[in-house]
Amino acid sequence: MDNNKIKQHISRQFNEEMEDIRNKVLAMGGLVEQQVDLATKAFMSFDMESAEKVVQQDQLVNDLEKNIDHDCTEIMAKRQPAAFDLRMLIATIKIITDLERIGDEAARIAKMTMRLEGADFYQDKYYEIEHLLEMVKEMLNGALDAYARTDIDEVIAITGQDAKVDREYTSITRQLITQMMENPRNITRALDMLWTARALERIGDHSCNVCEHVIYMVKGKDVRHLSREELEQTVNASR
Amino acid sequence: MTTEQRRSHGIDISALNRDDKNQGQIETCIKVENLDLFYGQKQALFGVNMEMPRKKVTAYIGPSGCGKSTLLRCINRMNDLVDGVSIKGKILLDNEDIYDKSVNVAALRRRVGMVFQKPNPFPKTIYENVAYGLRIQGINDRHILDEVVEKSLRGAALWEEVKNRLNDNALGMSGGQQQRLVIARAIAIEPEVILLDEPASALDPISTLKIEELINELKEKYTIVIVTHNMQQAARVSDYTAFMYMGELIEFGETSELFTNPAKKQTEDYITGRYG
Repeated sequence: MDNNKIKQHISRQFNEEMEDIRNKVLAMGGLVEQQVDLATKAFMSFDMESAEKVVQQDQLVNDLEKNIDHDCTEIMAKRQPAAFDLRMLIATIKIITDLERIGDEAARIAKMTMRLEGADFYQDKYYEIEHLLEMVKEMLNGALDAYARTDIDEVIAITGQDAKVDREYTSITRQLITQMMENPRNITRALDMLWTARALERIGDHSCNVCEHVIYMVKGKDVRHLSREELEQTVNASR
Repeated sequence: MTTEQRRSHGIDISALNRDDKNQGQIETCIKVENLDLFYGQKQALFGVNMEMPRKKVTAYIGPSGCGKSTLLRCINRMNDLVDGVSIKGKILLDNEDIYDKSVNVAALRRRVGMVFQKPNPFPKTIYENVAYGLRIQGINDRHILDEVVEKSLRGAALWEEVKNRLNDNALGMSGGQQQRLVIARAIAIEPEVILLDEPASALDPISTLKIEELINELKEKYTIVIVTHNMQQAARVSDYTAFMYMGELIEFGETSELFTNPAKKQTEDYITGRYG
């Protein structure tokens, strides 16, 4: 699949409109990535300033979602797109919904961090989730890359990572339960951690959704709600 | 509204899975086999093969000069009227080769009606236009004619507009009405197939929508083949779409699939307006 696909229309204006949408989605994706990173690190190190910034920036994510949605609707009304163009717009509309939800999860983590301010029982920092953060960041990054390059070669690796993220989440949960049973004074901390881990795990799920939309965009195959094997088969099937 | 009422809105949710969608029996009406067509030395169609299902709308799309009108005209042998045309291959209508020597061309054209880009009513009354096909078959019984005229005009969604002026000259009608009149004239002799060669390209948007609506109704009874330059129109009215390019059939398939996920790059480039 050549990645200059959106630049080949006879109408140059159409090229520019599609290009513009793609750039906005990638800008939104970059912002969301930053939000996730900043929020989780703020949570791990009680960095109130960063947490506040994340909460403020969530508005930007929301605005971008509405803006891109509007652009897509306009192009559909104006140009009656077909085939790849149509699939790209439909996929985009869905992708930005997932990106916006990822933004919400980041904001959720940031808000939780802000509630921790001044609490004296937080001696330990929350390093348990660092690994989880790295994994979901990789997934999100890969999903956005696939969209940018209209290339699904890597998406199976990303959707495969989701199983690892789930395992990591389960293992963190188990750890936290143990801590809570050992000492009830750990319960508040453990719950905060659990909610954050849960948010990260959800971000992994949303990244997978983005991958599925990209597969639809590139291949025209709806791979939602398929098992991992079925998904791989669909992706690998040559047209 | 209760949950139950909302749920029972006539949608069978369990039938929504596309993979399970039962297409029902698709019966072929017109089958084109290895069709080559030459205008003198120049070859205009190259080995076309396709099967057009009965009581469905098949649309031909493609750039100017790609052979779509030529192919359409083969189906009722309109190309016979052009000098220097030679044809190889077969077109089977209900499994009979329409190019067989034994075929009566006039009878064939009664079975395969045609409507052109520009409405071409006869300079007669509305009534006589519709009755014309029957009259040349020697049917002059006023009762039969009245009945057929009304039925055909109703079938062409024109009756309500013209029932009080059936004896006016047809040339006084609007372009959209004239086009529907011509369709009424075509269906008056109860053909099996209706060929439409850009039926709406000379009409305004509202008349175009009426023609499209009419096509949708006509497919209950007739097999319809339509040539159109307007791709959105093909997407709206047809069940199957054929994309032609330089005299070849590039892709033929279900319209919904062809417009969302075409198999061939050439098709995609054309329907999305890319450089081919």
